[in-house]
Formats: sequence, C-alpha cells, structure tokens
Amino acid sequence: MIIDTQGLAKRYGRTDALVDLTMRVEPGEVFGFLGPNGAGKTTAVKLLLGLARPSGGGGSVLDAPLGDRVARRRVGYLPELFRYQPWLRAREVLELHARLAGGLDRSPAALDPILDEVGLLDRAADAVGGFSKGMQQRLGLGVALLGSPALVILDEPTSALDPVGRADVRAIIRRARDAGTTVFLNSHLLTEVERVCDRVAIVDRGRVLASGRLDDLLGEGSVRIRASDLPNDARAGLARFGRLAPTDDDGWLSIAGVQPDAIPDVVAAIVAAGGRVHAVDPGRATLEDRYFELITGRAEATGETPG
Amino acid sequence: MAALTIAGLTIAEIFRRRIAWILLGLTLASVLLTTWGVDRLVSTGRGHGVTDLEVYVATSQILILVAFMFSFVLAMTAAFLGAPAIAADLESGVAQAMLARPIRRSDLVVGRWLGLAAVVIAYALASGLLEIVAIGFVSGYYPPQPFLASGFLAAQAVVLLTFALLLSTRLPAIAAGAICVVLFGLGWMAGVFAVVGRFFDAGPLVTASEASRWLLPSDGLWRGAIYGLEPPAVIFVTLGRAGPAAAANPFFAAAPPPTEFVAWSAVWVVIVLGLAVISLRRRDL
Repeated sequence: MIIDTQGLAKRYGRTDALVDLTMRVEPGEVFGFLGPNGAGKTTAVKLLLGLARPSGGGGSVLDAPLGDRVARRRVGYLPELFRYQPWLRAREVLELHARLAGGLDRSPAALDPILDEVGLLDRAADAVGGFSKGMQQRLGLGVALLGSPALVILDEPTSALDPVGRADVRAIIRRARDAGTTVFLNSHLLTEVERVCDRVAIVDRGRVLASGRLDDLLGEGSVRIRASDLPNDARAGLARFGRLAPTDDDGWLSIAGVQPDAIPDVVAAIVAAGGRVHAVDPGRATLEDRYFELITGRAEATGETPG
Repeated sequence: MAALTIAGLTIAEIFRRRIAWILLGLTLASVLLTTWGVDRLVSTGRGHGVTDLEVYVATSQILILVAFMFSFVLAMTAAFLGAPAIAADLESGVAQAMLARPIRRSDLVVGRWLGLAAVVIAYALASGLLEIVAIGFVSGYYPPQPFLASGFLAAQAVVLLTFALLLSTRLPAIAAGAICVVLFGLGWMAGVFAVVGRFFDAGPLVTASEASRWLLPSDGLWRGAIYGLEPPAVIFVTLGRAGPAAAANPFFAAAPPPTEFVAWSAVWVVIVLGLAVISLRRRDL
C-alpha cells in the first residue's frame, strides 16, 4: 500500500482542519484528492509528509509511519507554496534537492531530462528569482520528479499554469504513472482530476465525503443516438445494452445504463441492422455534477452554504 | 551530511546575495576612516610634543572604542542574519520543500547555524585584525592580545547569532531581530550596572545584573575583548590610581572573563542551539 490512513485528524487550536481521513492509495495509480478551499487537503499532505503532527488517528506512507525519514527518500513533493531559493539557478535547485534526497545523481545526464520534461532546459542556468510563477511551478514539478520516486505528492500542481502548461502537467503525470510512480494529486480543479485520475476522494471540512474509482463515483453512463432507417426488431435488440427509452420526436434514441466503452458496440449494432447514425451523444454525470451534489448536500445537511 | 549541505547553501547565499561584499565594503570604509582619524590624532599629538607612551595609551583607548563600534556592528549583523535564517524560509515555503526531503529538522537548524557562524567568525576575525593592523601601522601601537580580543568579539557575535536563530524558529524575522538587538543592549547595560553596583555595594542590583550576564553571556565576552586590547601598563596604572572604582568603567577590563564563564558561554551556545532544534521539531509547518 502506498498511502493508508485511518481516522487521521488535525486540530489547530479550536479549528478542526482534518476530522477523520481514512483512505488508501494503491501502487501505480493517480489518486485525486479533491475538495474546496479550506477542505483540509494541504493539511492532509503535510501530515503524510511529517511536516505536521496528527492530533488523532494514524497511517502509513510506503509502509512506513507518517513522516518517516527513510520513506521520504522515495517521495517527491510539490508544495502548494512552491518557493525555491531565488538566488539559485534552476539547475542548482535540482542539485540541492538531489543532495538532500540522499545523494541522488546530480550529473547533467540525470538532471537534463528532468529540466527538459518540465520545459526548463533552456533556462537551467537562470536564477529562479527571475522566473514567472508558472516557471517556478514547473521547476517544483521537476524537483518532485527527481530520482523517479515511488510516490509523488502534487499539491495544486497547475495553479499557476496556463492551459498549455496544464496540458503539459497532465502529460507528465501520465508518463510518471506509466513509469510506475504513484501520484497523489491534490486539487480543486475538477476537470484536471477527471482527466488524469484513476481514483478520487472528495473531501470537505476535513472529512471524506466520497471516494472510489472515477467510474464508480460518476455512476452509470447513458447514450443518446440520432438514427434513421432502424427496423423495429433491431431497435428492440438494443435493449441488451441497457434500458431503452422510446425514440423522441427528433429521432433521438436513448439508452440508459450503458458503460462508455460499450457505446461503439451500440453504434455498430445499429449500422449492422441497416440503421443510419447521424449523431452520438454520450451522456454521463461529470465529476463536477457529483462534486456539487456532495458538497451542496453536505452544506444543506449542516445548514450552511458551500465554501 | 545534510547539515553541511545546508551550511554550504547558507554561505553561498550570503555571497550570492552580496551580503558578504557589502559587509566587506563597509568594514574597509570603517577601517580606513578610523585609521585616518587615529593617524591625524597621532600626527597632531606628536607635533605638540606628545610622548610615544602617551600616544600608545591614547591609541589603546581609541582602539577599545573602535572595537566597541565593531562589537555593535557584529551584534547587529549576527542578529539580522540569524533572525530570518529559519523564519523567512518557513514564511516563504522554502523550508517546507527542503524538510519534505529525508533530512532531520535538526539538519536545517544546525546547518544554518554552522554556515552563519562561519561567516560571522570570519568577519569578526578579519575585520578585528585588519583594524588592529591598520591602526598599528599609523600609530606604532599593537594591543597585547589581538587574537584573543578578536576571538571574544567573534564569540559574542556567535552568542547573539544563536539566540536569534532560536527566536527564528518561532517568531517572524523582524520580531526575532528586534528582540535580539534589545536584549544585546540590555545585556551591555546590565554589565555596566553590575560593575557600578559592585562599587556602591548595591547587592540586589549586582545579583540581578550578574544573573543577566549569565543568561545572555554577550557582555561578559565583550569584556574579554577589552582585556585583549588593554595594555598591561594601563591596567597597572588605572588600578593603582582608581583601585576598585576602575572596574566601574565599561570600557576597562583588568582581567579576562573567568574560565568557568567562558566554558559556560560555550555550553550556553550548545543549549540554545538544542532548544532551537527542539522548538522547530515541535512545530507544525
């Protein structure tokens, strides 16, 4: 198990930053940790890394107690406040963290690919103080990826990036996962999470409201198809893919309960039966729908507006 | 090992951010100006028939006053280098990125201390000895124990640096620096109260002042610097004329600080550094 927490709690004075965090992150997955501002996401990350002490509960990271120094050798971290020594050059920041990480390779052969990966190879000799926020965040991502860690914890990794930068980060996350790295992605950007994460946990006010595989969280899919020339018996045969609704006045045929990967099969069956397909509209609750449903539901239960 | 990496980083920062060069420039300017002043005084005195002995005595006292200025500059330098050493990194987030690495929090504190102490000691020794050599060149007077004097100046700065570092683990940089400077001043005044109080036999005042000297040993170490600069002849004559009253002069020292006090100062630094480690270790970042 990469991350395993049970009832993790953190209290700052009279404020509960985290109440009861129980979650498991499996090896090789991209795990999205979603929640509104102030939900306790960064607090959870700090507890995982030993930067803060839990007030209750416990857990493990890479099968070692939270904050274990030896386990941190195999963890990369991009903080929400990504700040690095402004007087150092980008390459020197990586060299520093390679030293602190326990003597990682600091040669250009080891660092250049990372600088290239985050798009800073041509700025490697420039002082960090002259970097834009986006460039500093890219550098932080490079620092987190140093030494191909077993676990990378990214706290809001695209907060300072433009759309191109965000796409780059998604690609980097996918490549890291393909290389066997587990990614813990802390974010409030739903579309980012939806695009790259295998599993997610949605938190609010220090509690996990829902967690699981993205498909499970989003619930069943559906599809609307506008088809013509479809024989009635063929129409009845489509029931094997899901719950068939009558065709509406505009010629749209709806099937509920269709998993996304079965949609091509539905289209193929219509065509094979002699039908002509004019449009396909895969319908599904988005993560945003589910997120608002959970957050709003909780707010209504507690009589407050969602934050 | 990580502590040495952070010590190296600290020294590199002081040079890259031009702090070292600014200090060096200011020191050279101070040495040039004070040396020029001494040169003018000595030349003028000799023109008026002042003897070499009188020149030596006058120069030795001027050198002690210059050393006092340097001790103040060193104290400020130590306080304002130590105060942000941890606090600024915590406020900016730089420390969190480093402490997520497999290093101990003690590595950060000890590394910072090692780097800053190396700079402060080098600066104290270099500036102190340069001043002594420059004034000796124009006046012909060299104090009896220049290395001892510079060493005590450096030790005083290390005490303040260590205290600033402790405060830096909990307080914002500006607050830590301000507290350090105020306590340095109070410590010096406590030293003055102690010697004057002893002359007037003011028991409670002496006890309180002595206690403060042990709580923050900067002033006691400053006395060691004075002793290293004081010519034996001045000590002999001053004690002969003023007797015990001579001790009330904050710029006069007839004897070095007791060995146990010097040893305590070293232990004090270790204890305060340990407290800084504990303080940071117990803090949520």
